[in-house]
Amino acid sequence: MIKEGQVLMEKSKTSKAKDIKEKEGTVEVFIMGKSYKVPAGLTIMKALEYAGYRYIRGCGCRAGFCGACSTIYRKEDEQKLGFDLACQKVVEDKMYLVQLPFVPASKAEYDIDKIVPKESTIMEIYPEIARCVSCNTCTKSCPQDIEVMKYIQRAVRGDISKCAEISFDCIQCGLCAMRCPADIKHYHVSQLARRLRGKYLDTKSKNLASRLKEIENRKYDSEIEKIIKLNKNEIMDLYKNRKIEAEEEGKGGD
Amino acid sequence: MTVIEGYPDYMLKSIKLCEEKREKNMAQPVKPMSMKAREEMLKKYHPDYMEGTKRELRVGKDKGMLLYNGIVDLLESKTVIDPKDIDLSKIDYDVDLLIIGGGGAGTVAALFAYESGVPKDRILIVTKLRHGDANSMMAQGGIQAADRPEDSPALHYLDIYGGGHFTNKPELARALALDAPGIINWHEQLGVMYDRHENGEFQELSGGGTCRNRMHSCKDYSGMEMMRNIRDQARNLEIPVLEFCPVAELIMDDKGQIVGGVAFNLETFEYYVIRAKATILATGGSGRLHLANYPTTNHYGATGDGLIMAYHAGANLLDLDTIQIHPTGDAYPEPLVGILSTEKIRGLGAIPLNKNGDPFVFPLEPRDVESAALIKECKEGRGIVTPTGMPGVWLDTPMIEIIHGEGTIETKLAGEVRKFKRFGIDMAKQPILVYPTLHYQNGGVEINEKTETILPGLFAAGEVTGGVHGKNRLMGNSLLDFNVFGRRAGIYAAKYIKKAKIGKLTLSHLDKFNKMLEQANIKPIKSAPIILPEYRGEMAISRALDIF
Repeated sequence: MIKEGQVLMEKSKTSKAKDIKEKEGTVEVFIMGKSYKVPAGLTIMKALEYAGYRYIRGCGCRAGFCGACSTIYRKEDEQKLGFDLACQKVVEDKMYLVQLPFVPASKAEYDIDKIVPKESTIMEIYPEIARCVSCNTCTKSCPQDIEVMKYIQRAVRGDISKCAEISFDCIQCGLCAMRCPADIKHYHVSQLARRLRGKYLDTKSKNLASRLKEIENRKYDSEIEKIIKLNKNEIMDLYKNRKIEAEEEGKGGD
Repeated sequence: MTVIEGYPDYMLKSIKLCEEKREKNMAQPVKPMSMKAREEMLKKYHPDYMEGTKRELRVGKDKGMLLYNGIVDLLESKTVIDPKDIDLSKIDYDVDLLIIGGGGAGTVAALFAYESGVPKDRILIVTKLRHGDANSMMAQGGIQAADRPEDSPALHYLDIYGGGHFTNKPELARALALDAPGIINWHEQLGVMYDRHENGEFQELSGGGTCRNRMHSCKDYSGMEMMRNIRDQARNLEIPVLEFCPVAELIMDDKGQIVGGVAFNLETFEYYVIRAKATILATGGSGRLHLANYPTTNHYGATGDGLIMAYHAGANLLDLDTIQIHPTGDAYPEPLVGILSTEKIRGLGAIPLNKNGDPFVFPLEPRDVESAALIKECKEGRGIVTPTGMPGVWLDTPMIEIIHGEGTIETKLAGEVRKFKRFGIDMAKQPILVYPTLHYQNGGVEINEKTETILPGLFAAGEVTGGVHGKNRLMGNSLLDFNVFGRRAGIYAAKYIKKAKIGKLTLSHLDKFNKMLEQANIKPIKSAPIILPEYRGEMAISRALDIF
């Protein structure tokens, strides 16, 4: 097992990189203008590490969820800037790379318990959304391919639910806000929309409400206490013989 | 230069077999294993049971305890701080509550400490990276809470306890099960957007080892959606956060209490002395130690710092002889190796298949059993081997579209779809290749149901703790863990603060620990906690000058 594990680990580290280097060759990347040769097939993040960089900023979950590694790049002979996550995007030959260590966009402070969700709510808290010129630069810079401009337009029109829905996959990297000519803080705007929807607009669960009451009335305390007091064989039997819902359905429920 | 586009031909041939047998595979599912079969599977194929992965600890409170080598290495290292270098007479931050870690547990603790009466200016969250950079943010599948009429907290308790091989601390498992519905309710008040039916009831799925469908989700961004809300709330309340300043060691006083920590500014290389009446340890897990040499799903900062500094101060540890390897880490393409594909995929009905397109395991066994079954299949030659030598088995995702209707994958697994699309793989039409990956630190610093450690003044919550999950955590219980115990830590620390009296500050426990190493004849080669993992190329490191 260890041996197997070792093989796996090495794959994600340098000797693996050497393997690829022999097989696939190298590409040249320019990290903040300096040239480095790195194995083809690495993500931008691993390429920087291969080149000798040790991350403090610009690296987070390494799996596309946290927005810490926003990267701006350009390929030689091209004018267009590209935007992506260093942990997700694979390096290409002659890429000029820089990462964004911090986004200085301002966030409104509000008491979510005191807001009344109306058509004008988002506009009142983030009035700058009215300045949107529909240039769509935000959408083009989104590494998640979210239709950023579209959700801002929904926010302008007061459609909180739709703004929340379209923006749901936002990882709050802030690239949209850094590119916006109208200084809109899209990712903060949509955060507000989602909280308003989750708190006020989505219908609430009746099952949850009645379960909370039962727990408050200590309905399950003695039942759990009884299980805790069983000896090991008894509790194993109880566990073994419990009915499995997913098995009865032949699939996960929904 | 090659950009990976879809699967190579030999894999497509194997996928063809999966397609041909799909109808039959869906009609004739593999039954769950008996307890005995589970046990045999684990003993033969899970790294927890392999020789050579663990050894006895030779120093400190838990001397003689069997732990993973990577953890023993760090526990037997000298302390990263030399007390001589620290001037404790100059206090940089003087607060009531120090929270070490800005992930789920730490942020929830801050919110409930505030709610329990600790003024915001008397709270300080310090965190190694950014606020919210944590495994919490990455949890995809969902959170368990027994709130359907068919379900009950007692059944949830039974699942937690059985899934943990009956080794959990019962008081902690009980807290987890009983507090769960209240946490979902709190999330509703914050504004977390859960997946619901039109009538407002939650869409609840099954997870490995759960006897009822009780996993609540927010697409496959469940942890991110929770963390976004919790963090936004903390920002609205202006709770102070010090980013890129990990605490490296705890500070004690002459009465043996924990009274703060020494933080290190990663960008200016200065240390800060933080004095606090109570300290909450919420540093998360240790996937980046790559125990048993596995790749990991974990966050960059998951280096087990909390375990190490708590141990230096005299805390005790639990269940660190087990690790959670998640059954479905990605095995192809290469840039994704080790990254998680959520258990929700199996919750929605996808079945693991071998290279012949045949099923071999009930898809929703507890994680350790499911992982062992996948490892077995590959070891016995029925896995697919990728062009870079990585083994894997198929997870037949197109089944989901057949069960729940076309478009389900796109709406319920948006993150997964996005991830594979980059490499020309459409998981609604083709299966994905998976192999177990290091996912969770089952054990850690022992706490009780008030989140107290054995050290007065030190509370702990989240992945850094031990006892909640015993020797194996079930899916959907880690998001629940950081909420339940983060909340309790905030509440109980706030209570403790009211009576706490700080004595004279000291770091003598570090000298004492280093002396113990000497006496045990251990010659440490490194110092710990390590703060950041090392991924630089070998060449880059061997030619570096040690000037920092």
